[in-house]
This record gives sequence, structure tokens and C-alpha cells, in this order.
Amino acid sequence: MLQAVLAATEGEPTNPLIPASYDIIWSAVCFIVILFFFWRLVLPRMKKLLDERSAAIEGNMEKADEAQREAEAALEQYTAQLAEARAEAAKIRETARVDAQRIGSEITAQAHTDADRTKANAQVAIEADRQAALVSLRSEVGSLAIDLASGVVGESLSDDAKATALVDRFLADLEADTSGKK
Amino acid sequence: MATSDDGGFHGPSIEEFFPDAIFFAGTPFEINRIILIRFLAMLAIILIFWIGTRRMRVVPGRFQSIVEMGLDFTRVNIAEDLLGKKDGRRFLPLITTIFFVVLFANLTGIIPFLNISSNAIIGMPLVLAVVAWLAFMYAGIKKHPGAFFKNALFPPGVPKVLYIIVTPIEFVSTFVLRPITLTLRLLMNMVVGHLLLVLFFSATQFFLFTATQTSIFYGLFGVGTLAFGFVFTLFEVLVAVLQAYVFALLTTVYIQLALAEEH
Repeated sequence: MLQAVLAATEGEPTNPLIPASYDIIWSAVCFIVILFFFWRLVLPRMKKLLDERSAAIEGNMEKADEAQREAEAALEQYTAQLAEARAEAAKIRETARVDAQRIGSEITAQAHTDADRTKANAQVAIEADRQAALVSLRSEVGSLAIDLASGVVGESLSDDAKATALVDRFLADLEADTSGKK
Repeated sequence: MATSDDGGFHGPSIEEFFPDAIFFAGTPFEINRIILIRFLAMLAIILIFWIGTRRMRVVPGRFQSIVEMGLDFTRVNIAEDLLGKKDGRRFLPLITTIFFVVLFANLTGIIPFLNISSNAIIGMPLVLAVVAWLAFMYAGIKKHPGAFFKNALFPPGVPKVLYIIVTPIEFVSTFVLRPITLTLRLLMNMVVGHLLLVLFFSATQFFLFTATQTSIFYGLFGVGTLAFGFVFTLFEVLVAVLQAYVFALLTTVYIQLALAEEH
């Protein structure tokens, strides 16, 4: 078939394996242009892009790391603050408890003292009243008894000294009697 | 295939690849239709990658994502995979250029109104193969100054007598066949792809509009050839990408072998 094809062409057939000079020249020109185009323009642009891309990825990762570190630091700080606050609260509570105890015991002691003092005063007052009552009662009872005895005996016990001695003796007997009964 | 002058079927010929000059006819700077298509493909590379990388964002948009995907493919899957990070970066401009030049030039073979790959004429495959050849020689000589050719031609560990056989084989396979196979693999894939598509579509034209005047049944053949043409167009997309990948990958493998040769 190739023979027929070749025979059909007019003139001498061109050998496709022998390069024409213009073919070589234009091929070389095209090749050199495209080589420089890729070498000087396209591939450097591409390289720049790839560098930027990896830089961006690295930058993002670094940023994430930074954020994580910050978050951890903040958490640590908060935890420390919280612990500190807890300790402080405990201290305040302890102080308050001790204070309350101290104030309570002070108040109790004060109250005891006051009560003792009041009681002592009252006892002193009672004793005084009793003595006073005793004295006044003794004299009144004496005069009443003498009046009564005077009336009964019909004789005036004008001698006060005698009368008083009599009453005292009487009372002493009475007291002795009472204590003897007890 | 029958050929006749008046309204008959014209099969594709090798002259398809040598159209008349448009500019500078007869000079070494002659420009014909295929050279213009080559310029167009290169212009497309420059436009797409210039716009795609003009304002690159860390978070890419749709178009930038596609451009990045293409650049990442040559960078990660070809250069860094085979050469490692350091050497991969050194040879990345070369590998990227080879991949995209071959890819874009291949794809014009199936773009309507262009319909031919500028890699179907030998210039570009040859230039790229020579560049690949120079690249792996440069890599080897730079890495193992003085020892590169010795290692390549007299592989260590081989009995001295065998060098009579091994050395010519190594010389031919490493320094002669590599650029030739690179050139021919790409060239012939594009030539044959173009011839097949022309064959299918011109046959379709012939069966549907010329042969049906004789018998309507020839129209069925036309439908068949059209279907084949469609399938092979899709196949050509695969071939275009695959050949670009193979060319770039082999260049990288040759560089890797030159860098790795030890002792």
C-alpha cells in the first residue's frame, strides 16, 4: 500500500527521515523559547507558590501551637488562683472560727464574773438587811416584851439596863433552845 | 486503494507532511502550514502557563489547580520520583519543557482545522532527542568526571575478553540508539496517527459522496469508516499523552542511569 501511496505522489518522494533545515531551526527556536519560559518564569513561580503554601501550613500549625500553649498557661494560672482563693477562704474561716470561740469564751467568762459579782452583792445586801432586821427586831421585840410584861406584872420595869439584860438573857435562852432542838 | 484524478479516492501520501511554504520560501527559515501549527502549539503553552501562574494563590482556583496538576505531574511523578529531590530540581526545567512541548505539539493532530501534529515532521523529535542525549551525557560527565565513558563502555565486573563484544553493544545502545529510538518512536506515532485519520476520513468522504452515486450501499462503508475515524481520534488523544509521558520519562531515566553509574 505504501508503494502505491508513494507512487501516486508526483515527482521524487521526500524522505521523512531527512530533516529540512527550516524544520530543525524552528524546532530549536521553539524548544529554547519554551525551555526558558519554564525555567525562568513558570517553575520559579511554582516554586514560590509551593514555598508559600508550606510556609502557610507551618505558620498555621505554629499559631495553633501558640494558642494551645497560651490556653495551657491560662488554665494553669486559673488553677493556681483558684487554689490560692480556696486556701485564703479556709484561712479566713479558721480565723473566724477561732475568733468566734475566743469571743464566746470571753463573753461567757464576763457573764460568769458579772453573775458572781451580782450574787456577791446580793448576799452582802441580804446579810446587811438581815443584820439590820435582826437588830431592830431585837430591840422592838425587847420593848414589846417589856411592855407586855409590865402590863402583866404590873410593875414598871423602869430600869432600862435591867430590862435590856433580861431581854438579852431571854433571847439567848431562846436561841439556845432553838439550836438545841435542831 | 484505487486512485484516480477525477473525483476518485485520494489516499494520504507522505507529501502531507511537506506542504508548500507560506513565508520565506527557499530559505532556511521557511515557514509552512505545519511550522505555523507548531508555533500555535507553543503559543498555547505560553498562554496557558503564563495566565495559570500569573497570580498564584495559596488556595488555588480552578484554572490554577489544573496548571498546578500538570506541573506537579512532571515534578513529582517524573523528575522527583526517578532523580530524587535534589537532582530532580536540577533537571526539572528540561523535563517539564520536553513533556509539554511534546504533549501540546501532539494534540494539534486531533484539533479540527489544524489536524496535524508538528511532531509528525522529524525536526522537533530530533531536536528533543538530541537535547535528551546531551542532557544525560552532561549529567554523567558532571557526576563522574573521567569515569563516565569508561563505566558506560567498559561495565565493571565483566571479564576483560568480553569487552570485545560488550563495548560495541554498549556504545551503540547508549550513545547511538537512544536518540534514534526517541526520535523515531515519537515521529512514527504521529505520522501513522495522522495517516490513519486521513485515511478514515477521506474514505468516509469518498464512500458517502462519490461512491453512493454508483450504489447507495457504499454509504454503509462510509458510516463504518467514520466510526473508525472517531474511535481512532480518541485513541490519538491517548497516544498524544502517552508519547509525551514516554519521551519525558525516558529522558529522565537516561539521566538517572548516567547519574547512578557507580565504581
